Amino acid sequence: MSEAPRLTGLNPAAKLIAALGIGLGLVPAVDVVTGGIVLAAVLLCVPFSGVDRRTLLILAGPFMLMGLSSAAVNYLYGEQGLEGAIGVAVRLLAIALPGLLAAITSDPTDMADGLVQRLKVPERPAMGVLAALRLVPLLADQWRTITLARRARGLEAGYNPLNVVRLFFGRLFALLVRAIRIGTLLATAMDARAFGTGPRTHARISRWRVADTLLLVGTALLLAVAYTVSARLGTLVLLFS
Amino acid sequence: MALANARGARVELSGWGWKHAGRAAHALRGVDLVIEPGERVLLLGASGAGKSTLLHALAGLTGPDSAIGGDQEGLLRVDGEPASRGRGGVGLVAQDPEAQLVMARAGDDVAFGPENLGVARGEIWSRVERALAEVGFPYGLGHSTGALSGGEKQRLVIAGALAMRPRLLLLDEPTANLDPVGGALVRDLLARLLSESEATLVLVEHRVAEVMDLVDRVVVVEPGGGVIADGAPAKVFSEHGRALAEQGVWVPGEEPSPDLPSAPGGAPMLAAEGVTARPPFQLGVRAAAPRTVLEDVDLTVPAGAVTALTGPNGAGKSTLLTLLAGLTGPHRGRVVPRGALAEIDRRPLVRWPARRLARHVGTVFQHAEDQFVTTEVRDELRFAPLRAGLGETETESRVGELMERLRLTPLANVHPYTLSGGEKRRLSVATALSSGPLHAPDVLALDEPTFGQDTRTWTELVELLAELRAEGRAITVATHDGLLLSHLTDVRVRVAEGRAVAEEDE
Repeated sequence: MSEAPRLTGLNPAAKLIAALGIGLGLVPAVDVVTGGIVLAAVLLCVPFSGVDRRTLLILAGPFMLMGLSSAAVNYLYGEQGLEGAIGVAVRLLAIALPGLLAAITSDPTDMADGLVQRLKVPERPAMGVLAALRLVPLLADQWRTITLARRARGLEAGYNPLNVVRLFFGRLFALLVRAIRIGTLLATAMDARAFGTGPRTHARISRWRVADTLLLVGTALLLAVAYTVSARLGTLVLLFS
Repeated sequence: MALANARGARVELSGWGWKHAGRAAHALRGVDLVIEPGERVLLLGASGAGKSTLLHALAGLTGPDSAIGGDQEGLLRVDGEPASRGRGGVGLVAQDPEAQLVMARAGDDVAFGPENLGVARGEIWSRVERALAEVGFPYGLGHSTGALSGGEKQRLVIAGALAMRPRLLLLDEPTANLDPVGGALVRDLLARLLSESEATLVLVEHRVAEVMDLVDRVVVVEPGGGVIADGAPAKVFSEHGRALAEQGVWVPGEEPSPDLPSAPGGAPMLAAEGVTARPPFQLGVRAAAPRTVLEDVDLTVPAGAVTALTGPNGAGKSTLLTLLAGLTGPHRGRVVPRGALAEIDRRPLVRWPARRLARHVGTVFQHAEDQFVTTEVRDELRFAPLRAGLGETETESRVGELMERLRLTPLANVHPYTLSGGEKRRLSVATALSSGPLHAPDVLALDEPTFGQDTRTWTELVELLAELRAEGRAITVATHDGLLLSHLTDVRVRVAEGRAVAEEDE
């Protein structure tokens, strides 16, 4: 690789393991410093993620909201004051951000290939989820049509919250019926193309490169450094301690 | 050379029957049929005759571990063996390309079948490239399957079937969901592929005239029975054409030609003024710059006439229809009531409360199911009158009248979702009519109302719409059904490239 390595170029399986590793690794430590070090390191990776600025900005909003709201709730109702509240928010973000990065920097097809070929996830669920992803824009269209059709029948919630909820579930049911119909058709089409009849071959190779191994090593090092620094500073607080 | 395996498959059915899970009667029974290698067979029958099921059975999809549940009897052999989907050699192409593409990228999708058959990686890609070249796919391997037109999608589906090297090609109304341009594209492709290969073909298609060139044999099956006619197309149609047409099959030369009351014409009911529309936000499709579907469109919809919106799929017919029906608001401009409709409410239609809108503007959606809101046919028709404040006796008499008129009386207590395609269509039209003050709303907007219907439902619909027109109602139809256009159109509006241009009906 001549240019700077980007997260988008890594194997999705490696990114998934790294994200899971950080998530699980941070569960025992409830202090600000351990989570803060990890969060800072992950944030440093964002400029190298290879994700375009627009997507990052769109995703940053809800993400910050999640952190702020969990901090606010813990500050108002928690027992550990401001520091504890910030600790909860930082930990939450440090656990969630790697997963988010792994998801948005991976193509769904590559992700399924990585899961099946590298992590030996069974073919059926992996391919099933991949096929289902294709239906998401279709169902979004459906939702719009169903909403229009309700208006055409004279159904409109107006300002009554009870009606809003009732109508929402009516539309949801109509969407569910359509989703099942399309899902059955797609499953039949997949069956017709011999899906699940025997061992599959793979048209695409999910490659594991040195950079993927380095990502996992880096993740382990990061966790080790975070815990060591926090312990040396005397700030480390473990869960249930 | 197109389909690599030299010889087509031989199909043999003897005493074959099928009963859907949970049904009392057989869809097909006692089918005796031999199809020799390389034969091109058109399978015909009234709707509900189990033609699709027969194709699925030949593709090996009706086995015990399949999604299609039911009881099979008799013998079914493909090349002397029970049908099996795991052996390859059979390609199935169904109606809706949307529900057949599995992967996000074109090349990956074509590779899906060979992968499942365990073909070696190197050979997969040579098969993929050949299949894409054979169907004339104009884009690269990495092209997004979501960004294709309907006709292109169906060509990709066919490429996916070809990559499995089929010796038996099963086509289940492959052009039914496409607009005329997309349909012609796929039919041309099929004609070319079939001339280059020796594969056996079994085709199900309602619009017989369009596929006559592709087949050399016609087999007619009867609902609940077996084969009732079999032979060369000319012979079968001269002997059974009339009977088939009466059962609802679109037989060439036997198209319905209803005798319709003429259009009284009238003053404008609706007017679109400088309407500009953008497509709704698309989830998942990236980097699609916001474009306009309709650009500064002016249009009036007169009473006592049928205004037909035509044009290719995706060009904005349905968008214009939902705007005219007051269901959505335009990006710029407005749709306002005129004449009698303006006396009820002068505001643009999109600002009308839903209940008032439903009383005066009825909409029939392309997928009938979208507009059902209750769990019984009778309730579906009682819904609007009761909400409009009609008394119990008046509601009952109107519901009874509508059910008689649209042949729904025997189905009064059935769940709308369980109706057949034609019944659903009739019910969806009835619901749109049920809300109006004078047994029908003043304006009726219909999106592809005749789509996929047999000749019987088609004729009933056209006669009903002509009656409503004679009563002075304004009818707007988005359609590319040529027969509907020729029988029941007073103003033809072509919607394409952002414009809506009225054409004089010749």
